[in-house]
Amino acid sequence: MAHLLEAKNITKRFGGLTAVDNVSFHVDAGEVVALVGDNGAGKSTLIKIISGVHKPDEGEIFLNGQKIHIDSPIDAISHGIETIYQDLALAENMDVPSNIFLGRERTKKVLGCINVVDYEHMSSESRKVLDRLDIRIPSLKANIRNLSGGQRQAVAISRSIYWNAKVLIMDEPTAALGISEQKKVLELVSSLKKQGIAIIIISHQMYDVFSVADRIIVMRRGIKAGERLVKDTTSEEVVSLIVGAESVEKRSQ
Amino acid sequence: MAVERTLKDARFKYISPGSGGFFQTSLGRFSARNWALLFLILMIVVFSIGSSGFFDIVNFQNIIHLSTGAFLLAAAELLVVITGGIDLSIGYVYGLSSVLGAKVMQILYAGGAAGMPVWQVIALGCLAALSVSILPGLANGVLITHFKVPPFIATMGMWGICNGITLFLADGFMPVMGAPSEINAIGNSYFLYIDPSKSISFFTKPSYITQADIRSILRLVPNSLFLSLAVLLVLGFVLGRTRFGKHTYAIGGSMDAAVRSGIDVKRHLIMIYVIASFVSGVAGLFNLFQTGIGNYTPSGANYELMAVAAVVIGGASLTGGKGRILGTAVGVLVLAVLENGLQIIGVSAFYRYIGVGVLLTIAVIIDRAFPDLF
Repeated sequence: MAHLLEAKNITKRFGGLTAVDNVSFHVDAGEVVALVGDNGAGKSTLIKIISGVHKPDEGEIFLNGQKIHIDSPIDAISHGIETIYQDLALAENMDVPSNIFLGRERTKKVLGCINVVDYEHMSSESRKVLDRLDIRIPSLKANIRNLSGGQRQAVAISRSIYWNAKVLIMDEPTAALGISEQKKVLELVSSLKKQGIAIIIISHQMYDVFSVADRIIVMRRGIKAGERLVKDTTSEEVVSLIVGAESVEKRSQ
Repeated sequence: MAVERTLKDARFKYISPGSGGFFQTSLGRFSARNWALLFLILMIVVFSIGSSGFFDIVNFQNIIHLSTGAFLLAAAELLVVITGGIDLSIGYVYGLSSVLGAKVMQILYAGGAAGMPVWQVIALGCLAALSVSILPGLANGVLITHFKVPPFIATMGMWGICNGITLFLADGFMPVMGAPSEINAIGNSYFLYIDPSKSISFFTKPSYITQADIRSILRLVPNSLFLSLAVLLVLGFVLGRTRFGKHTYAIGGSMDAAVRSGIDVKRHLIMIYVIASFVSGVAGLFNLFQTGIGNYTPSGANYELMAVAAVVIGGASLTGGKGRILGTAVGVLVLAVLENGLQIIGVSAFYRYIGVGVLLTIAVIIDRAFPDLF
């Protein structure tokens, strides 16, 4: 069976720098793949190619075995590939439903011809998706600014899920969160996984990686330095792959 | 980043009056949120006690009538301020529209000798003024979105250009005369004229009353109020209820969020600057109807800065993402009543500037202290 999302031989150069060098990977429905590596290893560039921010110089992307072209973030979203960046890209001055529906507001007609934003509908739909993910936010009318880091992360995730994300890419979802909020976000990731969503997580935190991921892909200086199933590896091995202690030996074999 | 923000918020909370006693109570929050309205009411009370001429229906209608331009310019500025920008050109677009409309009417009308029906002269004058007033906004929008010129500089360029063209059209510092006198009847009439015990008429004064005796009858609801209300209600509706409004707030709140959620931010910003410019043109055109002559915007009139002041006093934030039409209308009234009241009680006009300065400072302090109130 074809993988839900598969990237083959992706290469991206910025001038003389090869940020991503011939990397292939895949992710299946209901699977969590962690993308780890040191700063500048090419994780973010690889993610930005999948989410349509950068165009690859070489390589192909397949969704359910079909080749797709991702030329812009909108293309990625229309294929069901949603990305949650570290800064979440929420409008802090607006409330929860407005953010979940940002750019895709539901409207209704008044007086037969004027389109107005249907706030009640957006509000009840927001409540539904938050309930489905078991997220508790006291008041949907609260501006994002007044929510905690974990709640903001949850709103960003709900937004993606509401719009039927098949693949969810999360960039450092637990950075800048308190311990208990980190735990909640990881629980959320597990529950998304159970709902059959393919998840790619970029993370520096070995604890996160080992508690939610099924598979780990290690990037180093633009190349894929290794790929391990979580159940078959240890954090020591992953760290040594990240810093390059082991991969040199493997490549020479 | 989130950590930094939390630290910053904590620091603001620490220095802000919001952390202490009174401002935590619901009454405190209410008065902080509506301070401009409360101040407006306070001013009305003080001026009413302080002078005999202030508390009078004629005076109140005067304030409203003479604030028409200010209402429209402030509403235009609000749209831009919500997106996080600023438009310095609106004051001179106002003058350009007034002068251009007058010039076109003057030429077509030619003192009544040209034979073109008056309504046609007026319609063509309006059409010219309104269509030209779109152009500065279009230029502002394109410069800001496609050439990445900061709004301050882009609109400052248009500020100079519009001023120059206006003075060219007006042959230097000369008001443009010669538009049909009918326009005055539209701009200065009232909805209702009541001559107690004798007659009631709508939109035109009873024919037996001469212009000199006009003060002897009761005139209610100036036509200008309809224009102000129409513009404020439409823009209020657009901002509060439509997708366009939501997107406007989103762009001001987080440009990144707006772009990534698929909003066509460039197109949206161009439309915002075009609407602002157009509304300013409507305001300038109405000035022509009000006075019967095309008035250039005098340098030092600072219409655009007064609009910014009204918007900020009305609760908007120059960092964007915040502000409402109702608040802006209150901001305009605060400035108008301040000016009118000081005049009537005989205080030097210089105090007005001091008053505006103090109010602006208060507005910004309240905005910083209560970032979540509005």
